Formats: sequence, structure tokens, C-alpha cells
Amino acid sequence: MIKVENLYKQFGKTEVLKNISTTIDTGEVVSIIGPSGSGKSTFLRCLNLLEVPTKGKIWIEGQEMTDPKTNIMKVRQEIGMVFQHFYLFPHLSVLDNLTYAPMKVKGLSRDEAQTKAKDLLAKVGLTEKETAFPANLSGGQKQRVAIARALAMEPKLMLFDEPTSALDPEMVKEVLNVMKDLAQSGMTMAVVTHEMRFAREVADRIMFLDEGTLLEEGAPSEFFTNPKTSRARDFLEKIL
Amino acid sequence: MNLDFSQIVPYIPFILEGIWVTLKFVIVAIIFGFVFGSILALLKISHIKPLNWFADAYTSIFRGTPLILQLMIIYFAIPQLTGYDISPFLSAILAFGLNSSAYISEIIRAGIQAVDKGQVEAAQALGIPYRLMMKDLIFPQALKNILPALMNEFITLTKESAIVSTIGYLDLMRRAQVVGADTYRNFEPLIFVGLIYWVMVMGLTLIGKRVERKLKYSD
Repeated sequence: MIKVENLYKQFGKTEVLKNISTTIDTGEVVSIIGPSGSGKSTFLRCLNLLEVPTKGKIWIEGQEMTDPKTNIMKVRQEIGMVFQHFYLFPHLSVLDNLTYAPMKVKGLSRDEAQTKAKDLLAKVGLTEKETAFPANLSGGQKQRVAIARALAMEPKLMLFDEPTSALDPEMVKEVLNVMKDLAQSGMTMAVVTHEMRFAREVADRIMFLDEGTLLEEGAPSEFFTNPKTSRARDFLEKIL
Repeated sequence: MNLDFSQIVPYIPFILEGIWVTLKFVIVAIIFGFVFGSILALLKISHIKPLNWFADAYTSIFRGTPLILQLMIIYFAIPQLTGYDISPFLSAILAFGLNSSAYISEIIRAGIQAVDKGQVEAAQALGIPYRLMMKDLIFPQALKNILPALMNEFITLTKESAIVSTIGYLDLMRRAQVVGADTYRNFEPLIFVGLIYWVMVMGLTLIGKRVERKLKYSD
């Protein structure tokens, strides 16, 4: 599904990502963790080219994202993304937030798009918020709408950039539950997160980044009980 | 006190006609300024350097010289240069439209840049093309933020429209002067059109408030 080869990213003189290579298989749920400033978010944002890599190659479903000839807009339609700060469209109702891209980008009819949107809203438990505007939703509700909005495009892959970091503690669970359901439905997911319980329970694999390098990756059971690097051990000691 | 409003009564229909004459070119100039100003704003935020330069140079020239000078150049200098006998109406539209688009482009540029960068990223992540993103997602949000500044610009334009009287365009202001010259009384006609300008600006202010309230629904 995703293949990353020798990925580098520089902001000015700062090297944010150094030589990252990995693959993510279809249906796999990968949690990307590490201290802040380690490049987790940048790595995730490179996958749909919100950040353009300085060097290296990325393939999504066999399409080389880093090839200038690739129609990135087209590939992005297959990659859902959920942001820390939701970024719902504030001037559109919840339903319109969900139907806008499917109608305008994929050419679905209003009816088709709305049926699909209502279905998704039911799935994230927000049927009654259809006509509400984002400003009238709680953080947890906003994030669930944002997930539904991404899913409305029927992506093959979902990227989550610290989806619960901006939420009040009591709202974290409702969002994680939606993500858990999604993982169980077989969605391929890459999740940058500080929620270690989620990483441990839901992820198939952990990627641990530190100072821009992929220090280690492996099954959660192994990573959390027996980290290979001292850096990962330090990190886990501090947060667990 | 030498004040007699009854003297101008016969001239009232003549003055009132000036309302439409003024409004006619103000409305066209506002639309022209808004459309062209939006295009300039897009040029300013584009990543193509020559487009930035063009839009910046344009703004610098039209903001950096007096409006009355621009009006005079268009009305008096263009015929000299091209032989085309430009009408006062067309000159007024051109001068006011071109001038206000310079101001409006700055207002809109600031408005677009004030929209959270995340909105652009969210649109990009959904694969929404640039044009649609700007038109349906970014522009409406920007418009809401800049509405007060935009209304201000429209009000200024409406009032400043009085300087077209200098090229002989028979607008409200010019009509007041004509009546003044006719009756040897200046105070009454000037006060009368002053009141009309004030009412027109109040009308604009009310429209602005209504639109603002309407856009507030999403807060």
C-alpha cells in the first residue's frame, strides 16, 4: 500500500527527517510515536505530499507520489486525512462538510452524497448534528465529523495527525472508539499519536521516531515491553 | 441670517435626478472594483513572481497618486493620446473602478491570508482543486472577515464620487453647484445634497449590517 524509500525532509537548514524507509501494508494500522519535534507529523504529511520531501521516494498503491508527473490531486482523493485541529469548513453545515468534496471532486449527485454522508454520520454517532455548524460542536464531535468527512471520499488509506491532542480529556475516548471501529473494519491507517493505550491496543505496528530517524519499529507487544533502543526505553519511561 | 430653502424648491427635481446619476456610476464602479480587486488579490497571493510584481506595482500606482489626478488623466489625457472622445460617465467608472480595485485587492488579500492555513490543507488533503477551494471554501470565509473593511471602501467610494463634478459629469455635487450658480445661493443646495449623500451612506451602512448579521449564522 505505502512504500517509503530513503525519505529526507529539510526545513531550511534543519533536517527534520533523515533517511526513512518503511512499508505499510493494506489493512495495517501503524502508530507513529516519538518525542515532540521528532518529525512524526512531518513524516505523515509527506505521505500525501502536504510536505514535499527533499529527497527520497514514496509510493501509494504503486503510484509514485514523488514523481512530478503523478496527479497528486487524484491520489489525495484516496488518502483521507484527519488533523489535530479538525479544520472543518466553518461556513458549511456538518452535512455540507461531508458532501462537498464527494459532489464537487468525485461528481456524486447530491442524493448519493447525502445518503452516504448520513450513513457515515450515523456511524460516528452524530446523526442529530446534520444541520449544525462546526462552531456549535464540541471538540470530540468536530473530530468525529472530520473523520466522517475524510471517509466520505471512500479513501483506501487514512492518515491521522494527533487526532486527540487538541481535545478535552473526556472527549478523547469517543474519537478513539471511532478510530478503533475503523481499524477493525480493515482500513489501512497511519496514526501519529500520544495515546499509548490506543497504540498498544489497536496498532499492528509501532514506528518510533527520534530526531528525524526511524529508530525502531515492531509489534506493540514487543515495543512496549522490550524496546530495543535506549532512546525508546527513556521515552517510554517518561510517559508510561 | 440669510437662509431661504424655498428658493431651491423649483430645483429639487433637478437635484433629485442626480441621485440616480451618481448611483449609476457608483454601483458600476463598485462592481468593477470588486471583481478586478479580487483578481488582483489572487495575483498577489499567487506563487508566480511576475504576477505578484504586476499586482503590487498596480496597487502602488493607484494608491500612490490622487484619485482626482487619475480621473483627469483618463478624461482629458486619453482623448489627446488616442483621439477617442471618452464620455464623463465612462471616465468616472474607469477612474473609480481602477482606483478602488487597488484598495479592495489589499483588503481581500489580507482577508484570504487571515483564513487558517489548515483550511487550505484540509481542502488539499481532500483532493479539491485550487479554483474550487478558493471559490467555495477560502473566499467565503475571507469575505466574512473583511466585510466591515469592504463596506468602508464602498462608503468612501460613494462619497468621493463627488469629485466627478470636476469633469462636468452632472452628478449630485455638480447639480448643487449649478443650482448655486443659478440662484446665487450656495448654502441651501449644498446642505440639501449633503443630506442626500448622508442618507445614501446610511443606506449602505444598514445593508452592510444586515449582510454581516446574515453571515454570523455559523458562529
